[in-house]
Amino acid sequence: MKFAGIPLAIFSIVLVVPFVNGAYYTFTDWDGFETTKLVGFSNYAKSFQDPTFWSTLRFTALFVIVSLILVNAVAFGLALIVTSQLRSKNFLRTFFFVPNLVGGVVLGVIWQFIFNSALVALANKYNWELFKQSWLQDTNKAFWALIIVTVWQSSGYMMIVYITGLVSIETDVLEASQIDGASPLRTLFTIKIPLMAQAFTIALFLTLRGGFMAYDVNVALTGGGPFRTTELISLHIFQDAFANGNFGTGQSKAVIMFLIVALAALVQVSVSKRYEVQR
Amino acid sequence: MKTRARWGKRATFIVGITLAFAYVFPFFLVFVNSFKLKYDILDNPLAIPLQITWENFQQAYTKMNFFRSLTNSIIITFFSVSLLIIFSSMLAYYLARTKTKLSKYIFLILVASMIVPFQALMIPFMARFAQFVSWNNRGALIFFYIGFGVALSTFLYHGFISNIPTEIDEAASIDGASDMVAFWRIIFPMMRPVTATVAIINALWIWNDFLLPRLVLTNETQTLPLSTYLFYGQYSIEYGQAMAGLVLAVIPIVIFYLILQKQFISGISAGAVK
Repeated sequence: MKFAGIPLAIFSIVLVVPFVNGAYYTFTDWDGFETTKLVGFSNYAKSFQDPTFWSTLRFTALFVIVSLILVNAVAFGLALIVTSQLRSKNFLRTFFFVPNLVGGVVLGVIWQFIFNSALVALANKYNWELFKQSWLQDTNKAFWALIIVTVWQSSGYMMIVYITGLVSIETDVLEASQIDGASPLRTLFTIKIPLMAQAFTIALFLTLRGGFMAYDVNVALTGGGPFRTTELISLHIFQDAFANGNFGTGQSKAVIMFLIVALAALVQVSVSKRYEVQR
Repeated sequence: MKTRARWGKRATFIVGITLAFAYVFPFFLVFVNSFKLKYDILDNPLAIPLQITWENFQQAYTKMNFFRSLTNSIIITFFSVSLLIIFSSMLAYYLARTKTKLSKYIFLILVASMIVPFQALMIPFMARFAQFVSWNNRGALIFFYIGFGVALSTFLYHGFISNIPTEIDEAASIDGASDMVAFWRIIFPMMRPVTATVAIINALWIWNDFLLPRLVLTNETQTLPLSTYLFYGQYSIEYGQAMAGLVLAVIPIVIFYLILQKQFISGISAGAVK
């Protein structure tokens, strides 16, 4: 099977080479075109001296934590609804999944219209104080706008992950608990959730990674505004490198981002693995 | 007990319906307003249009070059996904059937690479590939998608091939079939469910991708998300046209989804458990 070499070669060219290359560049005076000398850790030092980088890191951390909790809570709730005995469950599942089909950019733009125009128009007409000024012009409210769109977009996908976990539970275990007189809530917490812990591992990993990598919704919804206060780390790196031409610090920040994502994912997966029950 | 269960069911139904309504409401809002004139939208975005105007769609269709971007999206998604299926299934077959240290390490590297965010690569990436991109940017994009997609796809195929007994391969080779023939004629057709998963997961991601096309593509080769974003940025003051543009951007994938709904859901759940 010598043809297996082709995808491996493409993989190396597209992923491995830029990865190694990028790590090397952070220790040089690279300006996007050429390098003349090694500069040690000065790019990293400069990145950490940048106050906007710190505020981006804080904002991103908050975004990842809040979106992680809400996406998974909502997704699990949706999964419970569509695995219940409702006759309309397939129909509901179809609806919940729809936002996931459309790319983050288009979704972001749709919600930009809602927050900037539709809600403001309605608020002026019916005198709703909360929406009279667009949410996207206020850092705190823009944060919640980002969260709302993210939850709306990703919960459908994570719902599928949880459905897969829920339906994998053997029915005889559930019947046994019913015969023993366990209430539905008790069954949920002591039987269902422990037996489907693997689904949680996967969904938490995907949302964690997705939260750190969020870019499309950020660009299309807030564009980082007002005054770069809602820039998540991806957008921050993009701006640093491609808008301001700081390739050295931009790439150092990207490496820092990679290390944070890798570490967070490693911790999360090893912690949630401990809750998985062997069957 | 019985009545309690019935009330529980009724409550679930009401919550479910309300949520389902909330999930599609933004799309509904966009759809309704795409038929209105600018003044009517600002007057009441919730109202059903009394006078339907197709003007918005005509404008959006030409200004965002809808047909061209749709064609680009289809070409790029089709070739990327097909090549990903061909390459990653072969790679997975090779990795699953050769029990050497090398194949084990290659597999580990592929799995580990899935944690690397694209943002960690994009800057050296663009510097390194600028020439390739300027020479043929659609081809370059397809090439990049193969590189980025091969790890997950190979991983999915690998899990499936490991469960196919090697006796099948042996029987084929006794009958005189070469590796390639055995794979394409016997193994590959057996993997239809994974192929569907690989196709759907990659197609969704590639169809909707924004960052990479934004870095790579020129005006003539824009994909649908890219042209939608640029169009909206330029014409967001013309609300009606902007809404029509969004409707056009959403419609192709939603139609595709409604036709292949079952495959979508089962494909994604199969991909998720791995």
